[in-house]
Amino acid sequence: MPKLKMPRKSTNVDMTAMCDVAFLLLTFFMLATRFKPDEPVTVVTPNSISEIPIPDNDIMLLTVDPKGRVFFSIDNPGIRRTLIEDVNEYKSLGLTPDDMQSFAHGASVGVPFAQLKSYLAAPPNQQKEFDKVTTGIPTDTVNTSDQNELAAWIRMARNNNPKLRIAIKADGNASYPEIKKVIKTLENWKIFKFNLITGLKAVPPGSAAYIMQNGTAKPKQ
Amino acid sequence: MAEMDVSSGGGHKKGPGVKKGKKLSTRVDLTPMVDLGFLLITFFMYTTTMSKPKTMEINMPNNEKVEEKDQTKVKESVAMTVLLSKDHRIYYYEGLATDPTKPPELKVTYFKPKGGIRDAIIDKKKSVDELRQQGVLSGKDQLTVLIKPDVNSTYDDLVNILDEMAINDVKVYAIVDITPVDQEFIHMTENANQGTTQK
Repeated sequence: MPKLKMPRKSTNVDMTAMCDVAFLLLTFFMLATRFKPDEPVTVVTPNSISEIPIPDNDIMLLTVDPKGRVFFSIDNPGIRRTLIEDVNEYKSLGLTPDDMQSFAHGASVGVPFAQLKSYLAAPPNQQKEFDKVTTGIPTDTVNTSDQNELAAWIRMARNNNPKLRIAIKADGNASYPEIKKVIKTLENWKIFKFNLITGLKAVPPGSAAYIMQNGTAKPKQ
Repeated sequence: MAEMDVSSGGGHKKGPGVKKGKKLSTRVDLTPMVDLGFLLITFFMYTTTMSKPKTMEINMPNNEKVEEKDQTKVKESVAMTVLLSKDHRIYYYEGLATDPTKPPELKVTYFKPKGGIRDAIIDKKKSVDELRQQGVLSGKDQLTVLIKPDVNSTYDDLVNILDEMAINDVKVYAIVDITPVDQEFIHMTENANQGTTQK
Protein backbone atom coordinates (compact mmCIF):
# COMPACT_ATOMS: atom_id res chain seq x y z
CA MET A 1 0.00 0.00 0.00
CA PRO A 2 1.48 3.30 -0.95
CA LYS A 3 1.97 5.81 1.79
CA LEU A 4 -0.36 8.74 1.68
CA LYS A 5 1.77 11.81 1.47
CA MET A 6 0.29 14.94 2.93
CA PRO A 7 1.61 18.03 1.24
CA ARG A 8 3.33 20.17 3.78
CA LYS A 9 1.88 23.63 3.86
CA SER A 10 3.30 26.65 5.50
CA THR A 11 1.57 27.83 8.64
CA ASN A 12 2.41 31.43 7.88
CA VAL A 13 -0.65 33.49 7.19
CA ASP A 14 -0.54 36.70 5.29
CA MET A 15 -1.29 39.38 7.84
CA THR A 16 -1.59 42.25 5.39
CA ALA A 17 -5.33 42.04 4.96
CA MET A 18 -5.98 41.80 8.68
CA CYS A 19 -3.65 44.71 9.27
CA ASP A 20 -5.54 46.77 6.74
CA VAL A 21 -8.82 46.09 8.47
CA ALA A 22 -7.37 46.84 11.88
CA PHE A 23 -6.03 50.20 10.83
CA LEU A 24 -9.16 51.10 8.94
CA LEU A 25 -11.17 50.56 12.12
CA LEU A 26 -8.56 52.38 14.13
CA THR A 27 -8.79 55.40 11.86
CA PHE A 28 -12.57 55.36 12.12
CA PHE A 29 -12.58 55.28 15.89
CA MET A 30 -9.92 57.93 16.14
CA LEU A 31 -11.92 60.28 14.00
CA ALA A 32 -15.29 59.43 15.49
CA THR A 33 -14.23 59.64 19.10
CA ARG A 34 -14.92 62.54 21.35
CA PHE A 35 -13.43 62.11 24.73
CA LYS A 36 -15.75 62.16 27.65
CA PRO A 37 -15.27 65.42 29.46
CA ASP A 38 -13.82 65.03 32.89
CA GLU A 39 -16.56 65.13 35.41
CA PRO A 40 -15.99 65.91 39.03
CA VAL A 41 -18.90 63.83 40.26
CA THR A 42 -20.87 60.94 38.91
CA VAL A 43 -24.40 61.93 38.14
CA VAL A 44 -27.14 59.52 37.16
CA THR A 45 -29.70 61.47 35.20
CA PRO A 46 -33.36 60.47 35.12
CA ASN A 47 -34.82 59.20 31.86
CA SER A 48 -37.36 60.83 29.65
CA ILE A 49 -38.89 60.20 26.24
CA SER A 50 -37.44 63.42 24.89
CA GLU A 51 -35.14 62.87 21.93
CA ILE A 52 -33.66 66.31 21.46
CA PRO A 53 -29.89 65.92 21.25
CA ILE A 54 -27.75 68.31 23.25
CA PRO A 55 -26.22 71.06 21.07
CA ASP A 56 -22.55 70.66 20.21
CA ASN A 57 -21.18 73.93 21.44
CA ASP A 58 -22.01 77.02 23.43
CA ILE A 59 -23.21 75.00 26.38
CA MET A 60 -23.17 76.06 29.98
CA LEU A 61 -23.48 72.97 32.06
CA LEU A 62 -24.75 73.13 35.61
CA THR A 63 -24.21 69.82 37.32
CA VAL A 64 -26.11 69.02 40.50
CA ASP A 65 -24.95 65.95 42.35
CA PRO A 66 -27.10 63.78 44.69
CA LYS A 67 -26.12 65.90 47.68
CA GLY A 68 -27.25 69.06 45.92
CA ARG A 69 -23.79 70.48 45.26
CA VAL A 70 -23.64 72.63 42.16
CA PHE A 71 -20.80 72.53 39.65
CA PHE A 72 -20.35 74.96 36.83
CA SER A 73 -18.75 74.43 33.46
CA ILE A 74 -18.65 75.82 29.95
CA ASP A 75 -17.18 74.01 27.03
CA ASN A 76 -15.09 76.47 25.03
CA PRO A 77 -11.52 76.86 26.43
CA GLY A 78 -11.15 80.32 24.86
CA ILE A 79 -14.25 81.58 26.60
CA ARG A 80 -13.22 79.90 29.82
CA ARG A 81 -10.07 81.96 29.71
CA THR A 82 -11.86 85.28 29.27
CA LEU A 83 -14.43 84.24 31.86
CA ILE A 84 -11.86 83.55 34.54
CA GLU A 85 -10.16 86.86 33.77
CA ASP A 86 -13.48 88.59 34.35
CA VAL A 87 -14.13 86.65 37.52
CA ASN A 88 -10.67 87.51 38.77
CA GLU A 89 -11.19 91.17 38.14
CA TYR A 90 -14.73 91.36 39.45
CA LYS A 91 -14.16 89.42 42.63
CA SER A 92 -10.50 90.53 42.97
CA LEU A 93 -9.27 87.02 43.65
CA GLY A 94 -5.64 87.71 42.73
CA LEU A 95 -5.27 84.72 40.45
CA THR A 96 -1.94 84.20 38.71
CA PRO A 97 -1.80 83.51 34.95
CA ASP A 98 -1.02 79.89 35.82
CA ASP A 99 -4.20 79.61 37.88
CA MET A 100 -6.21 80.99 34.99
CA GLN A 101 -4.57 78.57 32.61
CA SER A 102 -5.54 75.76 34.96
CA PHE A 103 -9.14 76.93 34.85
CA ALA A 104 -9.15 77.28 31.06
CA HIS A 105 -8.03 73.70 30.60
CA GLY A 106 -9.91 72.23 33.53
CA ALA A 107 -13.38 70.78 33.79
CA SER A 108 -16.27 71.73 36.04
CA VAL A 109 -15.60 73.82 39.08
CA GLY A 110 -17.60 73.54 42.24
CA VAL A 111 -15.89 75.74 44.80
CA PRO A 112 -16.90 79.04 46.36
CA PHE A 113 -14.99 82.08 45.10
CA ALA A 114 -13.06 82.30 48.35
CA GLN A 115 -11.47 78.91 47.73
CA LEU A 116 -11.04 79.28 43.99
CA LYS A 117 -7.43 80.43 44.11
CA SER A 118 -6.15 77.57 46.23
CA TYR A 119 -8.21 75.14 44.18
CA LEU A 120 -6.79 76.28 40.86
CA ALA A 121 -3.25 76.38 42.18
CA ALA A 122 -3.44 72.74 43.24
CA PRO A 123 -2.29 69.98 40.89
CA PRO A 124 -5.06 68.05 39.06
CA ASN A 125 -5.05 65.02 41.33
CA GLN A 126 -5.50 67.21 44.39
CA GLN A 127 -8.31 69.04 42.63
CA LYS A 128 -10.03 65.70 42.15
CA GLU A 129 -9.70 64.96 45.84
CA PHE A 130 -11.06 68.35 46.69
CA ASP A 131 -14.06 67.86 44.39
CA LYS A 132 -15.17 65.03 46.64
CA VAL A 133 -15.41 67.23 49.73
CA THR A 134 -16.23 70.63 48.30
CA THR A 135 -19.48 72.37 49.13
CA GLY A 136 -20.22 73.25 45.52
CA ILE A 137 -21.00 76.71 44.23
CA PRO A 138 -23.22 78.49 46.76
CA THR A 139 -26.69 79.15 45.40
CA ASP A 140 -29.73 80.95 46.66
CA THR A 141 -33.20 81.82 45.46
CA VAL A 142 -32.44 85.53 45.11
CA ASN A 143 -29.72 86.87 42.86
CA THR A 144 -29.02 90.10 44.66
CA SER A 145 -27.40 88.50 47.66
CA ASP A 146 -23.67 87.89 47.70
CA GLN A 147 -24.41 84.35 48.76
CA ASN A 148 -25.61 83.46 45.32
CA GLU A 149 -22.30 82.90 43.59
CA LEU A 150 -23.91 80.81 40.89
CA ALA A 151 -25.75 83.94 39.76
CA ALA A 152 -22.43 85.75 39.40
CA TRP A 153 -20.96 82.87 37.38
CA ILE A 154 -23.95 82.77 35.05
CA ARG A 155 -24.00 86.51 34.55
CA MET A 156 -20.31 86.70 33.69
CA ALA A 157 -20.47 83.69 31.40
CA ARG A 158 -23.38 85.18 29.51
CA ASN A 159 -21.62 88.52 29.21
CA ASN A 160 -18.80 86.71 27.45
CA ASN A 161 -20.99 84.66 25.21
CA PRO A 162 -24.65 85.66 24.93
CA LYS A 163 -25.39 82.64 22.79
CA LEU A 164 -24.75 80.24 25.65
CA ARG A 165 -27.44 77.65 26.11
CA ILE A 166 -27.99 76.39 29.58
CA ALA A 167 -28.21 72.74 30.43
CA ILE A 168 -28.88 71.36 33.87
CA LYS A 169 -27.55 67.93 34.55
CA ALA A 170 -28.86 66.81 37.88
CA ASP A 171 -28.89 63.51 39.65
CA GLY A 172 -32.26 61.83 40.06
CA ASN A 173 -31.79 61.76 43.80
CA ALA A 174 -31.01 65.43 44.17
CA SER A 175 -33.73 66.98 46.27
CA TYR A 176 -36.11 69.45 44.68
CA PRO A 177 -35.24 72.53 46.79
CA GLU A 178 -31.66 72.38 45.47
CA ILE A 179 -32.90 72.23 41.89
CA LYS A 180 -35.34 75.00 42.63
CA LYS A 181 -32.51 77.28 43.74
CA VAL A 182 -30.76 76.75 40.41
CA ILE A 183 -33.95 77.28 38.41
CA LYS A 184 -34.84 80.38 40.42
CA THR A 185 -31.38 81.80 39.83
CA LEU A 186 -31.85 81.33 36.10
CA GLU A 187 -35.31 82.84 36.26
CA ASN A 188 -33.99 85.89 38.03
CA TRP A 189 -31.63 86.47 35.13
CA LYS A 190 -34.65 86.23 32.83
CA ILE A 191 -33.65 82.87 31.50
CA PHE A 192 -36.86 80.95 31.11
CA LYS A 193 -35.76 78.46 28.54
CA PHE A 194 -33.18 75.86 29.35
CA ASN A 195 -32.48 72.19 28.88
CA LEU A 196 -32.54 69.35 31.35
CA ILE A 197 -30.19 66.56 30.45
CA THR A 198 -31.90 63.20 30.63
CA GLY A 199 -31.33 59.67 29.49
CA LEU A 200 -33.54 58.14 26.87
CA LYS A 201 -36.42 55.79 27.53
CA ALA A 202 -38.95 54.27 25.20
CA VAL A 203 -42.30 55.90 24.63
CA PRO A 204 -44.94 53.69 26.26
CA PRO A 205 -47.23 52.14 23.61
CA GLY A 206 -50.78 53.42 23.59
CA SER A 207 -49.98 56.84 24.98
CA ALA A 208 -50.69 60.10 23.20
CA ALA A 209 -47.01 60.65 22.43
CA TYR A 210 -46.80 57.17 20.91
CA ILE A 211 -49.74 57.84 18.62
CA MET A 212 -48.18 61.12 17.50
CA GLN A 213 -44.93 59.39 16.75
CA ASN A 214 -46.17 56.26 15.01
CA GLY A 215 -49.70 57.01 13.91
CA THR A 216 -51.10 53.99 15.72
CA ALA A 217 -51.65 53.08 19.32
CA LYS A 218 -50.58 49.46 18.99
CA PRO A 219 -46.95 48.48 18.60
CA LYS A 220 -46.08 46.73 15.37
CA GLN A 221 -45.56 43.02 15.60
CA MET B 1 4.23 30.80 13.07
CA ALA B 2 5.58 34.23 13.63
CA GLU B 3 9.08 33.77 12.33
CA MET B 4 10.44 35.81 9.52
CA ASP B 5 10.97 34.29 6.19
CA VAL B 6 14.70 34.48 5.88
CA SER B 7 15.30 31.59 3.52
CA SER B 8 17.77 32.84 1.06
CA GLY B 9 16.95 32.21 -2.46
CA GLY B 10 20.48 31.12 -3.29
CA GLY B 11 19.87 28.75 -6.14
CA HIS B 12 22.34 29.24 -8.87
CA LYS B 13 26.03 28.97 -8.48
CA LYS B 14 28.25 31.93 -8.93
CA GLY B 15 31.77 31.73 -10.08
CA PRO B 16 34.64 31.84 -7.61
CA GLY B 17 35.44 35.29 -6.36
CA VAL B 18 32.02 36.62 -7.03
CA LYS B 19 30.42 37.73 -3.83
CA LYS B 20 27.25 35.99 -3.01
CA GLY B 21 24.56 38.69 -2.57
CA LYS B 22 22.16 37.35 -0.06
CA LYS B 23 18.67 37.81 -1.33
CA LEU B 24 16.44 38.97 1.50
CA SER B 25 12.75 38.45 1.39
CA THR B 26 10.64 41.59 1.26
CA ARG B 27 7.92 40.01 3.32
CA VAL B 28 7.62 41.47 6.79
CA ASP B 29 5.77 39.80 9.56
CA LEU B 30 2.78 42.00 10.31
CA THR B 31 1.53 40.20 13.42
CA PRO B 32 2.87 42.72 15.98
CA MET B 33 1.49 45.58 13.91
CA VAL B 34 -1.96 43.96 13.87
CA ASP B 35 -1.69 43.41 17.61
CA LEU B 36 -0.96 47.05 18.14
CA GLY B 37 -3.76 48.05 15.79
CA PHE B 38 -6.37 46.06 17.67
CA LEU B 39 -5.08 47.26 21.01
CA LEU B 40 -5.64 50.85 19.92
CA ILE B 41 -9.04 50.00 18.47
CA THR B 42 -10.08 48.52 21.80
CA PHE B 43 -8.86 51.62 23.59
CA PHE B 44 -10.78 53.99 21.34
CA MET B 45 -13.89 51.85 21.49
CA TYR B 46 -13.90 52.04 25.25
CA THR B 47 -13.22 55.75 25.54
CA THR B 48 -15.53 56.91 22.80
CA THR B 49 -18.90 58.40 23.63
CA MET B 50 -21.11 57.05 20.96
CA SER B 51 -24.51 58.20 22.13
CA LYS B 52 -24.86 61.80 23.07
CA PRO B 53 -27.08 62.57 26.01
CA LYS B 54 -30.59 63.70 25.25
CA THR B 55 -32.13 66.79 26.66
CA MET B 56 -35.55 67.95 27.57
CA GLU B 57 -36.47 71.51 26.86
CA ILE B 58 -38.30 73.39 29.53
CA ASN B 59 -39.90 76.78 29.48
CA MET B 60 -40.58 78.39 32.78
CA PRO B 61 -43.30 81.01 33.06
CA ASN B 62 -42.05 84.55 32.95
CA ASN B 63 -41.99 85.94 36.46
CA GLU B 64 -42.07 89.57 35.40
CA LYS B 65 -45.01 91.53 36.66
CA VAL B 66 -48.07 90.88 34.59
CA GLU B 67 -50.98 93.24 34.87
CA GLU B 68 -54.14 91.85 36.36
CA LYS B 69 -56.16 92.27 33.18
CA ASP B 70 -53.57 90.46 31.05
CA GLN B 71 -53.52 87.43 33.25
CA THR B 72 -55.47 84.48 32.12
CA LYS B 73 -57.20 82.79 34.97
CA VAL B 74 -57.16 79.05 34.85
CA LYS B 75 -60.67 77.70 35.05
CA GLU B 76 -61.43 75.32 37.87
CA SER B 77 -62.91 72.76 35.52
CA VAL B 78 -59.81 72.38 33.36
CA ALA B 79 -57.26 72.45 36.15
CA MET B 80 -55.57 69.55 37.78
CA THR B 81 -53.12 70.02 40.61
CA VAL B 82 -50.34 67.51 41.14
CA LEU B 83 -48.33 67.58 44.35
CA LEU B 84 -45.05 65.69 44.41
CA SER B 85 -43.99 64.46 47.79
CA LYS B 86 -41.83 62.08 49.77
CA ASP B 87 -40.91 58.59 48.50
CA HIS B 88 -42.04 59.41 44.95
CA ARG B 89 -45.62 59.73 46.16
CA ILE B 90 -47.97 61.89 44.13
CA TYR B 91 -51.04 63.61 45.49
CA TYR B 92 -53.42 65.02 42.99
CA TYR B 93 -56.80 66.65 42.90
CA GLU B 94 -59.00 68.26 40.33
CA GLY B 95 -59.39 71.98 40.33
CA LEU B 96 -57.33 74.59 42.09
CA ALA B 97 -58.57 74.35 45.68
CA THR B 98 -59.23 78.09 45.84
CA ASP B 99 -62.42 77.64 47.82
CA PRO B 100 -61.49 76.86 51.43
CA THR B 101 -65.00 75.73 52.29
CA LYS B 102 -64.89 72.90 49.79
CA PRO B 103 -61.62 71.06 50.17
CA PRO B 104 -60.84 68.93 47.11
CA GLU B 105 -60.71 65.18 47.19
CA LEU B 106 -57.04 64.34 47.44
CA LYS B 107 -55.89 61.12 45.83
CA VAL B 108 -52.56 59.38 46.26
CA THR B 109 -50.76 57.59 43.49
CA TYR B 110 -47.32 56.73 42.15
CA PHE B 111 -45.47 56.75 38.87
CA LYS B 112 -46.40 53.48 37.26
CA PRO B 113 -47.46 52.39 33.80
CA LYS B 114 -50.95 51.22 34.81
CA GLY B 115 -53.29 52.80 37.31
CA GLY B 116 -50.82 55.51 38.24
CA ILE B 117 -50.69 59.20 37.57
CA ARG B 118 -50.77 58.58 33.83
CA ASP B 119 -54.28 57.15 33.93
CA ALA B 120 -55.42 60.00 36.13
CA ILE B 121 -54.14 62.52 33.57
CA ILE B 122 -55.75 60.63 30.69
CA ASP B 123 -59.10 60.53 32.54
CA LYS B 124 -58.95 64.22 33.27
CA LYS B 125 -58.08 64.97 29.69
CA LYS B 126 -61.07 62.97 28.50
CA SER B 127 -63.45 64.77 30.83
CA VAL B 128 -62.15 68.14 29.66
CA ASP B 129 -62.67 67.07 26.05
CA GLU B 130 -66.21 66.02 26.86
CA LEU B 131 -66.97 69.32 28.52
CA ARG B 132 -65.70 71.10 25.45
CA GLN B 133 -67.91 69.02 23.19
CA GLN B 134 -70.91 69.79 25.35
CA GLY B 135 -70.18 73.46 24.88
CA VAL B 136 -69.55 74.14 28.55
CA LEU B 137 -65.98 75.13 27.72
CA SER B 138 -64.84 77.12 24.75
CA GLY B 139 -62.46 75.69 22.17
CA LYS B 140 -59.49 77.44 23.66
CA ASP B 141 -59.78 75.81 27.05
CA GLN B 142 -57.64 72.80 27.59
CA LEU B 143 -56.37 70.70 30.42
CA THR B 144 -53.98 72.64 32.60
CA VAL B 145 -51.74 70.80 35.01
CA LEU B 146 -50.17 72.59 37.92
CA ILE B 147 -47.11 70.82 39.20
CA LYS B 148 -46.18 71.59 42.77
CA PRO B 149 -43.15 69.73 44.05
CA ASP B 150 -42.75 69.92 47.80
CA VAL B 151 -39.49 69.97 49.76
CA ASN B 152 -39.32 66.19 50.05
CA SER B 153 -39.54 65.47 46.36
CA THR B 154 -36.52 64.75 44.21
CA TYR B 155 -35.38 65.83 40.78
CA ASP B 156 -36.37 62.40 39.57
CA ASP B 157 -40.01 63.14 40.38
CA LEU B 158 -39.86 66.46 38.58
CA VAL B 159 -38.46 64.95 35.40
CA ASN B 160 -40.90 62.06 35.57
CA ILE B 161 -43.91 64.31 35.86
CA LEU B 162 -42.66 66.54 33.05
CA ASP B 163 -42.19 63.40 31.04
CA GLU B 164 -45.77 62.37 31.75
CA MET B 165 -46.84 65.70 30.29
CA ALA B 166 -44.94 64.86 27.11
CA ILE B 167 -46.24 61.29 27.05
CA ASN B 168 -49.86 62.33 27.44
CA ASP B 169 -49.59 65.38 25.23
CA VAL B 170 -50.63 67.86 27.87
CA LYS B 171 -49.93 71.21 26.27
CA VAL B 172 -50.41 73.52 29.20
CA TYR B 173 -48.58 72.85 32.41
CA ALA B 174 -46.59 74.84 34.89
CA ILE B 175 -44.23 74.25 37.75
CA VAL B 176 -45.55 76.28 40.63
CA ASP B 177 -44.38 76.82 44.18
CA ILE B 178 -46.29 74.78 46.68
CA THR B 179 -48.76 76.70 48.82
CA PRO B 180 -49.27 76.25 52.57
CA VAL B 181 -52.78 75.00 51.79
CA ASP B 182 -51.40 72.20 49.64
CA GLN B 183 -48.81 71.37 52.25
CA GLU B 184 -51.62 71.06 54.77
CA PHE B 185 -53.44 68.64 52.45
CA ILE B 186 -50.39 66.44 52.29
CA HIS B 187 -49.98 66.47 56.05
CA MET B 188 -53.60 65.58 56.61
CA THR B 189 -53.49 62.71 54.18
CA GLU B 190 -50.21 61.45 55.59
CA ASN B 191 -51.58 61.48 59.10
CA ALA B 192 -54.79 59.79 58.05
CA ASN B 193 -52.92 57.07 56.21
CA GLN B 194 -50.26 56.53 58.80
CA GLY B 195 -51.37 53.01 59.55
CA THR B 196 -51.98 51.87 56.04
CA THR B 197 -49.22 53.29 53.90
CA GLN B 198 -46.31 52.72 56.17
CA LYS B 199 -43.91 50.22 54.77
